[in-house]
Amino acid sequence: MNLLKCENLKMGYDGKAVFEDLTFSVEKGSFLFVLGENGSGKSTLIKGILGLLHPISGKFHWEGISRNEIAYLSQTTEVKKEFPASVGEIVLSGRLTSKRFSPFYSKKDREKAKESMKYMSVEDLEHRSFSELSGGQQQRVLLARAISASARVLVLDEPSKGLDSKVTEELYELLSHMNKKHGITIIMVSHDMAAALKYASHILSLSDGRNKYGKTDEVLFSSEKEGKR
Amino acid sequence: MRAFFEAIISYPFMLRALIVGALVSGCCSVLGVPLVLKRYSMIGDGLSHVAFGAIALATALGFAPMAFTIPVVILTAFLLLRLSENGKIKGDAAIALISTGALAVGVMAVSLSKGMNTDVYNYMFGSVLSMSESDVTLSIILAAAVIVLFLCFYHKIFAVTFDESFLKAGGMKTGAYNMLISFLTAVTVVLGMRVMGALLISALIIFPTMSAMRLFKTFKKVVLSALLISVVSFLVGFYFSYAYDAPTGASIVVINIILFLIFSLIAKFKK
Repeated sequence: MNLLKCENLKMGYDGKAVFEDLTFSVEKGSFLFVLGENGSGKSTLIKGILGLLHPISGKFHWEGISRNEIAYLSQTTEVKKEFPASVGEIVLSGRLTSKRFSPFYSKKDREKAKESMKYMSVEDLEHRSFSELSGGQQQRVLLARAISASARVLVLDEPSKGLDSKVTEELYELLSHMNKKHGITIIMVSHDMAAALKYASHILSLSDGRNKYGKTDEVLFSSEKEGKR
Repeated sequence: MRAFFEAIISYPFMLRALIVGALVSGCCSVLGVPLVLKRYSMIGDGLSHVAFGAIALATALGFAPMAFTIPVVILTAFLLLRLSENGKIKGDAAIALISTGALAVGVMAVSLSKGMNTDVYNYMFGSVLSMSESDVTLSIILAAAVIVLFLCFYHKIFAVTFDESFLKAGGMKTGAYNMLISFLTAVTVVLGMRVMGALLISALIIFPTMSAMRLFKTFKKVVLSALLISVVSFLVGFYFSYAYDAPTGASIVVINIILFLIFSLIAKFKK
């Protein structure tokens, strides 16, 4: 079943296209790696998927999912360094996207947040300050926030940036677990070819006018199979 | 000290000043936390100059100062937000453009009408003791409204400040919360002008948060301690200005500076 369908997508800034004629779809439960060089429009595409930037033409069709089930995991380097926030405060804030009107958290919200922290084994850090944690711990906290938001789609923009290889590997394992055990669809921008080979179910490769999309082995091992351009 | 308390009990204007000052200090400090963390510290400063310009203009044209200034400052706050969001003009440059522009208009208005009168002077340097009863009532209502709104939206303000893109991705209209922060800041700046003066009001927004952040590392603790720091600084500064006949606004800022230094020192030793 398709979760997201894009046809002849053209995106860019101030009317100037970064990429065009992009057609692909994301199946429910897939683990999609978006690969491509700098400037190929990976981050632009992610902004479009998240609804932060409107396409010049074409559309994102979401099927059977509401906006608040999409969670975004920003690079930890983007999160401000000295921001005073406890792990508990951050994970709990994941609940906000599914509650529009009530100004305060309910008991259920707090339970869900606790559960999510346990799932990511960060419950011992609940009262610690986010800024004092290691990169790997910070990633776990942000993932816990996504889980507490009951996310069914997780979007990540180069999550491995600024992390060492061991922590990165751990992160991929966690994501893979969430994907396989809980059916959470993952859309991830990455540079990491090896990881794509190991974890991705599908790959979207963006490169100047030669965009490819398909199952992992199809894209990586058949250079002649070109996506629609 | 005793004379101070006797004065508060026997002169209603002292009591009024105390209540308004404490409330406004509270508003400034809690709003200061998201403003400082979003790197919007200078918005308070910019808005206070606009407020000064608007008041000078209102006095020259014979309008009611508060009724004219509050909507002008609110509109400016929204405009600044728009400018810094769409990125055409950098946020700090936008603030500098608008604040110096407004200041120039204010100075022109003052000099072309009656010249510098006490009203305009009061708004520049603060005059919490000369507030009329109706001003006090209005200030108390507005300050209470700011605090109630801040409490109701506390969690959302935290989330918007910490990671706006996460909320946007989840389909939340974060623009509305940014507007709320701007709106509350605008109202608070105008209120604070009577206490602190246009030139010093942004100190009340920035100092308590900066002091609190030296020692506390979670959002809730920073908000609560900034509130406490701000109110204590006001009370001490207010007493100091009474006892030594010093200007109120400047006294409060000096106390804030001292607290900031103490907090920084403690943070250094804790490391």
